[in-house]
Amino acid sequence: MLVHIFINGEKRKVHCQPDAMLLEVLRDAGCKSVKCGCDTTNCGLCTVWLDGKPVLSCSVPAARVNERHVTTLEGIQDEAEAFGKYLVGEGAEQCGFCSPGLIMNVVAMKKELDHPTDDEIRHYLEGNLCRCTGYMGQMRAIRQYVDEEVEA
Amino acid sequence: MFTIREYAMPETLDEAYTILKSRKGNQILGGCAWLRLGKKRINIAVDLTKCGLDYIREDDEQIEIGAMTSYRSVETCDILKKYFNGVIADSVSSIIGTQFRNTVTVGGSVYGRFGFSDFLTPLLTLDTSVVLYKRGSISLETFMTMPYEKEIIEKIVIKKDGRKSSYQMFRNSRGDFPILNLAASRTEAGQWIVTVGARGPKAIRAEKTAAFLSDKLSQNALKAEDVEAVIQEAGEILVSEVTFTSNMRASAEYRRILGKVLLGKAVREVMAC
Repeated sequence: MLVHIFINGEKRKVHCQPDAMLLEVLRDAGCKSVKCGCDTTNCGLCTVWLDGKPVLSCSVPAARVNERHVTTLEGIQDEAEAFGKYLVGEGAEQCGFCSPGLIMNVVAMKKELDHPTDDEIRHYLEGNLCRCTGYMGQMRAIRQYVDEEVEA
Repeated sequence: MFTIREYAMPETLDEAYTILKSRKGNQILGGCAWLRLGKKRINIAVDLTKCGLDYIREDDEQIEIGAMTSYRSVETCDILKKYFNGVIADSVSSIIGTQFRNTVTVGGSVYGRFGFSDFLTPLLTLDTSVVLYKRGSISLETFMTMPYEKEIIEKIVIKKDGRKSSYQMFRNSRGDFPILNLAASRTEAGQWIVTVGARGPKAIRAEKTAAFLSDKLSQNALKAEDVEAVIQEAGEILVSEVTFTSNMRASAEYRRILGKVLLGKAVREVMAC
């Protein structure tokens, strides 16, 4: 079937199977930041924005996003870099496989929540699993990122 | 692995219902969160995204939640935080993660009647109806016992009748499935309703426990120790009338102990309102 998707602002024609999920369509379209982790809606690696809201692309049928806007990490490079410098500064990633999904959700959180507390941050990011870091470095990086945005 | 042969996005419920009934194997899609875990062979998948069912609204008498409303909308909705001590919004807030709750739909969860559901347990203690496209309005309690028919859930409707409610659950970590959950509500007339979910099978009302609480807690100015004695006895009634089962998350015995604890917390919270 033919689906029209706005991927990072660009309208794309995508031919896919009726049971194709957004994850595979995005990777086929060249958005390799979108990672397949658990493939069962648990780990958050495949996080993208659908009409501005973070969703798990492994569980969204591609046909459902016809004529809708999808944003991947490739589409928010400036914001990713702004947060990424804190991740690096805190040594907050090891293998880095979960980082694209985490960054997508952190940036979405920043847009949605005003001055989030540490508890609110943890709650918002519960769906992003990391098997390397233990989360403490990530929390420090997120705290700095959010505080810097508030100060700015 | 699941398969879909054809994908339809109707713009009206009439069109959706016609497609749904047109052939065996056609199915309505909800949030699709669990689709990948199954092996369904779907002939035509009917997606209700364009049918205008994404809303939460209230009037003087009731709250309506459209079938395609996401859990995240439920969690963050000011209307739902305002009534019944916010139990409806609270109940979905610990489910997996924000991204997941942005995709899971109210209609998909209600239709699925999953045993582990956080959402259904508090709804069952309220005056909740499920509005089906063809059959019309049915109480949620009745709907829970019905077979899985080819129907479309249009919305759920909750009467604003002044109930005070509490939702309690126990899970190993936030984001995990609940090991047990329990909700209690008290009507303005002093009638209690108690529901237990995530016990193995789907959520049910604990009628004898609720009747006991309604009887014993109807007197004004009960001493604190008397209330505690009532809670203790109610806990024993609860575990004798509700079936708890064992699975990989917990044993039936563990759930029975948890049930008493959660009931006590719920009753105390409602009484403090």
